[in-house]
Amino acid sequence: MFDTLSDRFDGIFKRLRGKGRLTDGDVDEVLREIRTALLEADVNVSVARAVVERIREQAVGAKLSQALDPSQQVIKIVSNELTNILGGQTLKINYAGRPPTVILMAGLQGSGKTTNSAKLARWFKSQGRQPLLVGADLQRPAAVEQLRVLGRQIDVPVFSEPGDPVTTAARGLAEARRLGRDVLIVDTAGRLAIDADMMAQVRQISETIEPHYTFLVIDAMTGQDAVSVAEAFHETLAIDGVILSKLDGDARGGAALSVKEVIGRPIAFASTGEKLDAFEQFHPDRMAGRILGMGDVLTLIEQAEQAFEKDSAAEAAQRMMDGEFTLDDFLEQMQQLKKMGPLSGLLGMMPGMPKELKGAKIDDDDLKPVEAIIRSMTPRERSKPEIINGSRRNRIAAGSGTSVGEINRLVKQFSEMQKMMKRMGGMQMGKKGKKKMPMMPGGLGALKGAMPAGFPDMPFNQR
Amino acid sequence: MPSIYLILIAVVAIFGLAVVVLSRRRSAGVTTRPAIKAEGEVADEVADEVADEVADEPTAGSAPMSSEQHVPEAAIESFERPRFRDRMSKSRAAFVGAFTGVRGRAGITSETWDDLEEALLRADVGVRVTDELLNGLRARVKAKELVDPDALLNALQADMIGRLNHAGRLLRFEPGDVDSPNVWLFVGVNGVGKTTTIGKVGAQQRQLGRSVLMAAGDTFRAAAAEQLGTWAQRSGSELVRGAEGGDPSAVIFDGIESASARGINLVLADTAGRLHNKTNLMEELRKVRRVAGKGRGRVTEVLLVIDATTGQNGLTQARLFAEATDVTGIVLTKLDGSAKGGIVFAIETELGLPIKLVGLGETIGDLVEFDPAEFIEALFSE
Repeated sequence: MFDTLSDRFDGIFKRLRGKGRLTDGDVDEVLREIRTALLEADVNVSVARAVVERIREQAVGAKLSQALDPSQQVIKIVSNELTNILGGQTLKINYAGRPPTVILMAGLQGSGKTTNSAKLARWFKSQGRQPLLVGADLQRPAAVEQLRVLGRQIDVPVFSEPGDPVTTAARGLAEARRLGRDVLIVDTAGRLAIDADMMAQVRQISETIEPHYTFLVIDAMTGQDAVSVAEAFHETLAIDGVILSKLDGDARGGAALSVKEVIGRPIAFASTGEKLDAFEQFHPDRMAGRILGMGDVLTLIEQAEQAFEKDSAAEAAQRMMDGEFTLDDFLEQMQQLKKMGPLSGLLGMMPGMPKELKGAKIDDDDLKPVEAIIRSMTPRERSKPEIINGSRRNRIAAGSGTSVGEINRLVKQFSEMQKMMKRMGGMQMGKKGKKKMPMMPGGLGALKGAMPAGFPDMPFNQR
Repeated sequence: MPSIYLILIAVVAIFGLAVVVLSRRRSAGVTTRPAIKAEGEVADEVADEVADEVADEPTAGSAPMSSEQHVPEAAIESFERPRFRDRMSKSRAAFVGAFTGVRGRAGITSETWDDLEEALLRADVGVRVTDELLNGLRARVKAKELVDPDALLNALQADMIGRLNHAGRLLRFEPGDVDSPNVWLFVGVNGVGKTTTIGKVGAQQRQLGRSVLMAAGDTFRAAAAEQLGTWAQRSGSELVRGAEGGDPSAVIFDGIESASARGINLVLADTAGRLHNKTNLMEELRKVRRVAGKGRGRVTEVLLVIDATTGQNGLTQARLFAEATDVTGIVLTKLDGSAKGGIVFAIETELGLPIKLVGLGETIGDLVEFDPAEFIEALFSE
C-alpha cells in the first residue's frame, strides 16, 4: 500500500542526477520523505524526529559517489541508522545460579502474552531447559485453559489455581522449586498501562516472585501508543526485553523501533507465525529493512531453505543456468514454492522487484490451470515442449480442461523464460560463494532488466 | 548459496504469474476454474456435515437454557452509558497538550501547524489524512477565513467530525420469520477482542429482549470456545461449538440452523483471529461468510473488530477483511487506554466503513454506539 522508501527517492534523485553533492535543500526534501516513511511504518513521532536529525548529520554534505546510485547511498545511511537503534545490545539469557530462572510476561490485552508464554517455554525447552508455565491471568475467561492446552501441545506442565494472581504466581514459584523445574514463566492478565489498580497488581506479582527477566509483549501492528505503553510498563516493572508479536503480519512494525529507542531495552524475540515454533530471536537488520519497506531478503532465503528440498533445488538451479530447465523442473519447484505461502506475498518480499509485480494480485488458485496443462503432458513433452504439435495440443487441452490457445501461450512463455534464464546463468557465474546479498542484488537487478524481453507489457494491475 | 534460492523463487514465481496474467488478459473472464467448487457443492457438503452434527445434538453445548432464557442478575443490572470524555480522559491528555500550545499563541504561526500535525500523527490519524486536514485549513487561513487559533481549532474539530459522516451506525437487526435468525459475524486479526465483544454485544442484546445464540467459530485458538462459553453463560445465551480444529463454517452453519430450529432471534458468530495477509486463512473466512448466508439465517452484520492501539496497518486490515467478507461496520475496542484510535478516519473515509461500536471499558455497558461528535470533543476538550 505504501510506497517503499526507494520508490519515494526515485523521483527526488532523478532531479538531483548529475550533482556531486547534496545541498541543504535537497537534504531537507530527502529527510521529509524519510520521516514520512517512518511515520507510515508507525514509528513514534518523537522517535522519527530524533532519527531524522541523526540521519541529517550524516547526510549533509555526504559526497555522492558517481559510481553508486545516490538513492541507494541514502537508503544505506538510513538503514544503518535503524539497524543501530534496533540492535545495540542483544539480550543473552543468564540462567539463575539458584533455579528456577523466573520470567514475568506483561503487556496489553490481546498483545499475545499467553501464546508467547507457551512459545517461550518451547524455546527454553529447545535450549535443554525444563520450564514450568504459570497461568496468572485469572481475568480473561478461559485464559488458563488456553495456557493448559498450549502446555499440553509442547509438553510443558502448567500450574494455576483460582483466586488471586499474586498468590497464584507465588505458589507457582514454590511449585517450580518442588518439581525441580529450572525456568518459570508467569503469564499475567492483559492490562492497560493507565489502569492504576492493575498496574499495582502486576508490580506486586513482580515484587513477590522477583523475576530475573521481565518481558513486555508488544503487537507489531501497534501504532503511536507503543511508546506510552512501553514507558508505563518500564516504569512499573523495569522491563528487560521486548517480545514482538504478530510479526508475520504485513505491518511495517515501527513500534519496535520506538520501543527500543524509548526504553533502551532490546527486542529479544519475535513471534513470526501461529504455530508454536514460529518464534525466533530478533534480527535488527531485517527489521530495519522491513520498516523502510525494502523487502526482507534474509527471511525469504530462510523460508526458502526450509521449504525447498536442497538437492532438487540445487539441481534445478544448475539446470536453469545451463538452460536445461524443463517444465517438469518448473512443476516440481512450483510445488515447493507453494509451501512458502502465497505467491503475491513472496514477491512483496523480493527486493528489486518491479512495482507492477509487487502490486500484482495473484491468487494461487490461478496457477492451477498451469499445473493442469503440464500434468497433461507426457514426460517427453515436458522436457522438449517444442515437439508439441497440433494433435498433441488438442490432447493436452482436452486432458487439462483448457484451450489450445492457453497451451500455446504457456509453451511460448516458457521458451522466452529459458532464454532469459540462460542469460542470467551467464551473469550469475561470477558471483558464486558470495554469502550475503547486497540490498539490491545484482542478480535480481539483472532479472529486472531482463524481464521486459520475456514479458512484454504485462498488465499486472488489470483485474 | 542463498542467491540460488532467490533466483529460483523469482523465476518460478514470475513465470507462473506471467502465464496466469497473460491468459487472464486474453481470455477475459471465460476461463474455467476447476479448482473452485461450485457454490451448491459447498452448501451440500456443509449441510451434510451439519446434519451429522445436529443429529447428535449435545455437541451444542455447555449452556442449554430453557426457552424463556433467564438473564442473570449481573447482566440485567441496568447501566449508565459511559461518556467518551470520561473514559478517554487519559488518552486525551497528549492531544490537549498540543492544543493548549496552539491556543497559547497570539496568532497562527508555523509552530501552530507543527503542533497540530504532531497531535494528529500521535493519534494515529496517519500522514495522509493529517495532510488533507491541515492543507484544507491552511487554505482557509490563507484566505483570511480563519484568523485566530481558537477559530482554527474549531474548524479542525468540525472538519474531523465532518469526515466521520457515515449515516448508518446502528446495528442492523431485521425482524422477520421466527425461523430466520439475524446473523452477526465478527472478524478481525488476533487479539483485538472479538470474543469479548461478542460477549458484551450478546449481553446487551439479551437486555433488549432478544434471544441470542453464540456460535464458537474460533476453532483454532486453544480454549476460545470455553471463553465464549463463559460469556454465553453470563449473558444467558446459548452456545454452539464444534471440535477444536474443526471447520468453522460448519460450526457457524450449525449454530444458525440450531437457532432457526429453536426460534432464536440472533446468532453471534465468532471467528478465529487471523492476519489479513494469510491468503489461506482469509479464504477460509470467505467461505465462512458464504456458508453463513446459505442456511435459514440472514447475515445482517459483518463486524470487523479493530484494536484502538493499531497503527497504520489498520487500514490494510480493514481493506482486506472487507474484500473477503463484505464488512458492514467496525468495532473499535480498547479506546479506554492511552491509544486514540485515529486510524478510524482513514478507514471510514477511504473505505466507507462506518464505525458502529466502541469499547470504552471492561464492563458490558462500556461497549457503546460510536458518536463522532462526542469522540472528537473528547479528543479536544480540556
